[in-house]
Amino acid sequence: MVEQHRFGNVLPHLILWIGILIVAFPVYVAFVGSTHEPTIISNGQMPPWPGAHMIENYYRTIFVGTSGTTREPVGTMLINSFIMAMVIACGKIAISILSAYAIVYFRFPLQMTAFWVIFITLMLPVEVRIYPTYKIAADLNLLDTYAGLTLPLVASATATLLFRQFFMTVPDELVEASRIDGAGPFRFFKDTLLPLSRTNMAALFVILFIYGWNQYLWPLLITTRDEMQTIVIGIKKMIVTADAITEWQLVMATAMLAMLPPVAVVVLMQKLFVRGLVETEK
Amino acid sequence: MKRSVFTHRLLPYALLGPQIAITIIFFYWPAIQAVWQSFLLQDAFGLSTMFVGLENYATLIGQPEYYHTLVNTLIFSALVAIISLSLALLLAVQADKPLRAGGVYRTLLIWPYAVAPAVAGVLWAFMFQPSLGLLARGLREMGIDWNPLLDGNHAMTMVVAAAAWKQISYNFLFFLAGLAAIPRSVLEAAAIDGASPTRRFWTIVFPLLSPTTFFLIVVNIVYAFFDTFGIIDAMTAGGPAKATETLVYKVYFDGRLGGDLGGSAAQSVILMVMVIGLTAIQFRYVERKVTY
Amino acid sequence: MIARNIAAAAVLVAATTSAHAQVEIQWWHAMTGGNNQVIVRLADEFNGLQKEYKIVPTYKGSYPDTMNAGIAAFRAGNAPHILQVFEVGTATMMAATGAVKPVHVLMREAGEKFDPQAYVSAVAGYYSTSKGEMLSLPFNSSSTVMWINKDAFRKAGLNPDVPPKTWPEVFEAAKKLKASGHPNCGFSNAWVTWVNVEQLAAWHNISLSTKANGLDGFDTVLQFNSPTHVKHLETLIALQKDKTYDYSGRTNTGEGRFTSGECPIFLTSSGFFGNVRANAKFEWRNAPMPYYDDVAGAPQNSIIGGASLWVMGGKKPEEYKGVAKFFAFLSETDRQVAIHKSSGYLPITKAAYQKTKESGYYKENPHLETPLLELTNKEPTENSRGLRLGNMVQLRDVWAEEIEAALAGKKSAKAALDAAVARGNTMLRQFERTVTR
Repeated sequence: MVEQHRFGNVLPHLILWIGILIVAFPVYVAFVGSTHEPTIISNGQMPPWPGAHMIENYYRTIFVGTSGTTREPVGTMLINSFIMAMVIACGKIAISILSAYAIVYFRFPLQMTAFWVIFITLMLPVEVRIYPTYKIAADLNLLDTYAGLTLPLVASATATLLFRQFFMTVPDELVEASRIDGAGPFRFFKDTLLPLSRTNMAALFVILFIYGWNQYLWPLLITTRDEMQTIVIGIKKMIVTADAITEWQLVMATAMLAMLPPVAVVVLMQKLFVRGLVETEK
Repeated sequence: MKRSVFTHRLLPYALLGPQIAITIIFFYWPAIQAVWQSFLLQDAFGLSTMFVGLENYATLIGQPEYYHTLVNTLIFSALVAIISLSLALLLAVQADKPLRAGGVYRTLLIWPYAVAPAVAGVLWAFMFQPSLGLLARGLREMGIDWNPLLDGNHAMTMVVAAAAWKQISYNFLFFLAGLAAIPRSVLEAAAIDGASPTRRFWTIVFPLLSPTTFFLIVVNIVYAFFDTFGIIDAMTAGGPAKATETLVYKVYFDGRLGGDLGGSAAQSVILMVMVIGLTAIQFRYVERKVTY
Repeated sequence: MIARNIAAAAVLVAATTSAHAQVEIQWWHAMTGGNNQVIVRLADEFNGLQKEYKIVPTYKGSYPDTMNAGIAAFRAGNAPHILQVFEVGTATMMAATGAVKPVHVLMREAGEKFDPQAYVSAVAGYYSTSKGEMLSLPFNSSSTVMWINKDAFRKAGLNPDVPPKTWPEVFEAAKKLKASGHPNCGFSNAWVTWVNVEQLAAWHNISLSTKANGLDGFDTVLQFNSPTHVKHLETLIALQKDKTYDYSGRTNTGEGRFTSGECPIFLTSSGFFGNVRANAKFEWRNAPMPYYDDVAGAPQNSIIGGASLWVMGGKKPEEYKGVAKFFAFLSETDRQVAIHKSSGYLPITKAAYQKTKESGYYKENPHLETPLLELTNKEPTENSRGLRLGNMVQLRDVWAEEIEAALAGKKSAKAALDAAVARGNTMLRQFERTVTR
């Protein structure tokens, strides 16, 4: 057995707690910021502990909106972010599982071409080709629509690759067995492959939900109407001001609200999250 | 490849259809447009267009600022990778020990992964904002002239901190998984030989972790290159004097307001080539792992 | 599963494109805080007065973000009807024949009453051709003023009722203020290039760029590496070392340093008024920009900042009718007086200025008149009529980069300004190539 001193156990605990404190500190400061008056913050006099304006600030953030930076209250933005994250996550899973199925379980001309066409895009982020993509979304009349917000982000090779790898590990005997039962490709997919992939899909969903929720540059360009804004860009728009002062308390309250859903997903679905992370990147 | 497959004339195409369609419309078409745009000189509104061949590329290559940004990106990526990897490794090694309440630590360390880069940028900017940030005030009271608006190193420190902070949880999880895969028996054998814990770490654990480490280095560099746009935009917008501008940020910045769409497109093309190269490297790695 | 997603997406798309009976007019702007409320109120008021048209204001982010969004949307065939563009975007907008509809054409075609002479010339001139044809409607105009913390002045033994007039006096005052409880900032400014390059040139009757600062042609050549500019920047570099001067960034994000009391002297837009009124917990005032008294003829007159409303091209005639009606509505005297008083921006019509003056309002609120006095201080010269430089937003970034490098001690003032001029000229030539064909 590797030795375990009593002292040897204190140090790891200490290091881990310090790590946790460092990791949590920025969020703590944000929380503190969301509970104070604006003048105290902008005058650089914010104390390092929470103030008394928490309820008021959050109420204003969620239901009223900032006094001017944007007229939409954060409630609307949260809904938009949620829709965007859901559509991206579900859409990605749906189209990827189908294309992975085609690539792994069928022989057809252009099979490798199709695989490479998808695969090349694995790491090409939308930021790199932002202006032409915007132009195309506009040509297709997708500005200010949920379709425009999500479709360009739905295509990516990561999920396809994951399902492809997973399908390769599914024993061939299953196909044969289902064939003997007289099942065609549809039934095999529905009755065998889909149930087997359930955990993978759920794990992937967690990762993709976060990915979708956290999108920034694309929604910034593609949404022009207040009511289409997502919360992440809402924050950015609250900070920049022309001849006005940033309402930091509302910015911080919004930041807290923007973090809450994805963080909750990670914490509550930790097992799936870890699995999804390790699977998608392997 | 599968031995047992279906044969169907149209079905595979139908299955691939949605993904291929979206990929072509939103990846290839824009990519082609970017290539085309990179040969053009155009005004902001796209009202007058002139074909200039490779001029945009030539300008870019002859521009000291471009190399400056390239070097910046490399420094930024290296710092983010080193800081977040070493902190994550330190924490993972501790969390890998049989501790009471070990699972709690994991929960408390992994959540920053879920924070959007732009939000992370805002959080850190709020702490480091020279006149109102809590940390900035602390630094100033300690006699450090904290001024990220003018001092490029201060600004770089700030964006690196935010970017590394967000990446710790990811690295931590992978290191933890890597550590869990190391057989206990190897460590116990070394312990019986009387090797100290530190020695055991450097001679046994660390080498055994090297595939994970290598993989994480690639991922961290890709992250620092491409996924930190939101952090930089929210914190410094590339300033001061371009001290925190990365290649991806420059693509956005130069094309903004239609100022230099051709130059921006040329940069896009160069980046795309780089990314595709990285993908190929990654792919070889992936395939090896899958087929062993 | 797919079918369900597609159906869901289809419903969502449909929901966002519901039909409107009214003619909807999109107005993209960059106004936040109290000024945003002014915009919303104007739109609501206009929408309440008639039922044919509906103004829909949308906040698009900072000035550059708003302009960026407008340009991107135009390229995509989806431009708003009205786009608020800050003054430095003027040349880019002007050069875009076909992308914009000049205001004088708009008003004539719509048959709205429109008299270019009714507008304050120092303001309207900035947005008009040399023939006096108005291209965009001035909306929020301001000029640079010096904001002063009176309490801090008293504490430092300075008389706040006699604010420093010249730059040397400002430097002296800043040193005293620094010694009396402002260790991090004796004085500062927002909009670094606007204050220290552009206004400095106009205020001292120094040419920023040939061809009347670009007003007379896009083949203009920058020349603001003048001895006065170099001397000014040299002094700032020296004062930055001990924080008698402290840099506050390229935009106005540092303005909070004045209202918080950190910086007792702060040069920025007169539009800062609303915030000072709301947030400063001390006695304050403003004063005209300082000048160097060894420069002959200084002070000349200041130039404006702020933004104007551009009408985008390619819209339907009935939509233009609505825009024209709205512009006429905005120009009404009483409305201008109200906007002026509530926002602190300059009145755009002569009648509104006159009316405010006669009501004795400036006696009680002298800070609102400071920018007007600066603008009309002398008859404008070639160097002080305004600026019209292509890609001005990018130019400003390049200049700011060089100034930042100089203030950080990496370059001498002369080297920085020479580089700013040289790099800027390269960009101007590129702009010229894209427009003059």
